Amino acid sequence: MTAKGIHIERLSKRYGEGDTAVLALKNVNMTVAPGEVVGLIGPSGSGKSTLLKCLGAVIDPTAGRMMLGDEVIYDDGWKVRDLRALRRDKIGFVFQAPYLIPFLDVTDNVALLPMLAGVPNERARARALELLTALDVQHRANAMPSQLSGGEQQRVAIARGLVNRPPVILADEPTAPLDSQRALAVIRILNDMARRYQTAIIVVTHDEKIIPTFKRIYHIRDGVTHEEVGEGRGSD
Amino acid sequence: MISLAGRDILHSWGKFVFTGIGLGLLIGVTLTMAGVYRGMVADGKALLDNSGADLWVVQRETLGPYAESSSIYDDLWRGIRAMPGVAAAANVTYLTMQVRHGQRDVRAMVVGIMAGNPGDPGWPPYLVAGRQITRGHYEAVADIASGFQLGDELKIRRNHYRVVGLTRRMVSSNGDPMVFIPLKDAQEAQFLKDNDAIWMQRRRTAANPAFNRPTVPGLLEAVLASQTVNNHVNAILVRLAPGYTPEEVAAPIRRWKRLTVYDRSQMEEILIGKLIATAAKQIGMFLVILAVVSAAIVAFIIYTLTMDKIREIAVLKLIGTRNRTIAKMIMQQALALGSIGFVVGKIAATFAAPHFPKYVLLMPEDSIAGFFAVMLICVLASLVAIRLALKVDPAEAIGG
Ligand SMILES: Nc1ncnc2c1ncn2[C@@H]1O[C@H](COP(=O)(O)OP(=O)(O)OP(=O)(O)O)[C@@H](O)[C@H]1O
Ligand SMILES: [Mg+2]
Repeated sequence: MTAKGIHIERLSKRYGEGDTAVLALKNVNMTVAPGEVVGLIGPSGSGKSTLLKCLGAVIDPTAGRMMLGDEVIYDDGWKVRDLRALRRDKIGFVFQAPYLIPFLDVTDNVALLPMLAGVPNERARARALELLTALDVQHRANAMPSQLSGGEQQRVAIARGLVNRPPVILADEPTAPLDSQRALAVIRILNDMARRYQTAIIVVTHDEKIIPTFKRIYHIRDGVTHEEVGEGRGSD
Repeated sequence: MISLAGRDILHSWGKFVFTGIGLGLLIGVTLTMAGVYRGMVADGKALLDNSGADLWVVQRETLGPYAESSSIYDDLWRGIRAMPGVAAAANVTYLTMQVRHGQRDVRAMVVGIMAGNPGDPGWPPYLVAGRQITRGHYEAVADIASGFQLGDELKIRRNHYRVVGLTRRMVSSNGDPMVFIPLKDAQEAQFLKDNDAIWMQRRRTAANPAFNRPTVPGLLEAVLASQTVNNHVNAILVRLAPGYTPEEVAAPIRRWKRLTVYDRSQMEEILIGKLIATAAKQIGMFLVILAVVSAAIVAFIIYTLTMDKIREIAVLKLIGTRNRTIAKMIMQQALALGSIGFVVGKIAATFAAPHFPKYVLLMPEDSIAGFFAVMLICVLASLVAIRLALKVDPAEAIGG
């Protein structure tokens, strides 16, 4: 296994102190290689969102080590200085709801990230359009988010997650609002993108329809993960 | 980088424009209030300018003739005229009253001016129509703001006057238009009682044994005559001869005539510092209230708009937007709202000002100060929303 992609060792997260403390993650180990899409499933309260937030660098783990690519992000209490820039450059997010910015059109919703990183507007828009084309929503490029169907919005959101070519994409229930055909289409897109851009993708899901598509699945229960080889073959 | 604030405003422009108009009317009222104050000051200065006087000689220890009543004998002016450094001296009376014209009456300041020449102290310096008063009685020159026209017949007390000339910007410090009439008529008007009162006074005087002495023939008649003659005026207006300072001329008048004398700057101080001081404080108070209300409106609107965007702000933060970028977005929106409001307010005030009954003077420097005050208020008002936005946790975008 290479050091690229996502790699976490003995990751623990405790909420609160003393009697009321909750140990949401207990020594979690996980590795996702570039180009790989893995599922993360578990019952309610098992720690899925907590793990995703740690991976997304929005909450700090209490202990353990986390690496994105070659870069150490957390190491037993130590962390990199600029988590905000890290999120912008290294991590793509796809949510259950698309959460597009309502006052920006589809292209600018996607182009905003490179713009925030200082890419000139026209280059950013060109890159956005390239992804929108790959996701087959280029015909809606000038529409406002409110004029899009749920599935189109979700594809735009995926484009936004991919636009900075992050080595990692975190998807939180990306198929929840979609019917099974569209849900499978989204998974196919994620697999395509993972392969095309060598991205490591983690998909948190409850969705029975898509669980069979994963080649590898992490089960999490009471803050402990178990790895399982899935029956899925990705988009093939 | 695109302007997030601009895009948001374009997307929900209706909200911005309508709040901007509401805010604008408020700002318009604020600018107008400032204009009312400036108008009062300008009216006061116009009153002093148009009087043509360098010195005001008034009753001792009074702040007359505009801020307090003052009464001096009408023959003192001759002595003052003869003093060194005095180019011209003239009696003047001021009486604010309702002047009747047909069915309506107009509040006006009736000014009694001595027979003399145009350009004498107290005389209207220029006319926009008609001619100056030439006869000793029953002619009037009215300010155009009174609505009177040439040839109109006015009724002041019991006497009728014909309007022979019209002036402009001749107003009292209250903004009431002036009506000039001959001094003798004005003295009579100040003193004039109704017929019943005169009759009653005569009877009482006649019944008083001190005045009605059969052994002194003519005494009662003399007393009665003195009771119906007014030989007082409110002030003497003095114009200096070239080469004399106001103080050089004022000091001997104070010493030898035992009267109070004010020069132009002292008179201005009385008018602005005392006469309109309460009104100015009142207006100042209103300005404070309006500023607070405007700030509250901007703060509330920007806060609500930010509340509506909490999710988007969390997403923006999650995907790596700087806090500075988000704060800038909110502040720019507040400033945009303020700018819309200011433009609307300035237009509203400009169009409304001429319709106010009193003079409203919109000074460019007040507008500039107002603009910066609005911008400052907007910046302060946006701080609440910015604080809210900065507290948003990017983890909220991921959910539970
Ligand atoms: N901010 C917090 N403070 C304290 N405890 C928390 C906090 N967030 C989560 N927890 C606790 O940590 C545990 C894991 O929560 P988490 O949100 O990760 O579960 P989940 O697997 O995402 O559940 P679900 O499928 O219902 O979303 C739960 O017991 C939860 O109560
Ligand atoms: Mg969860």
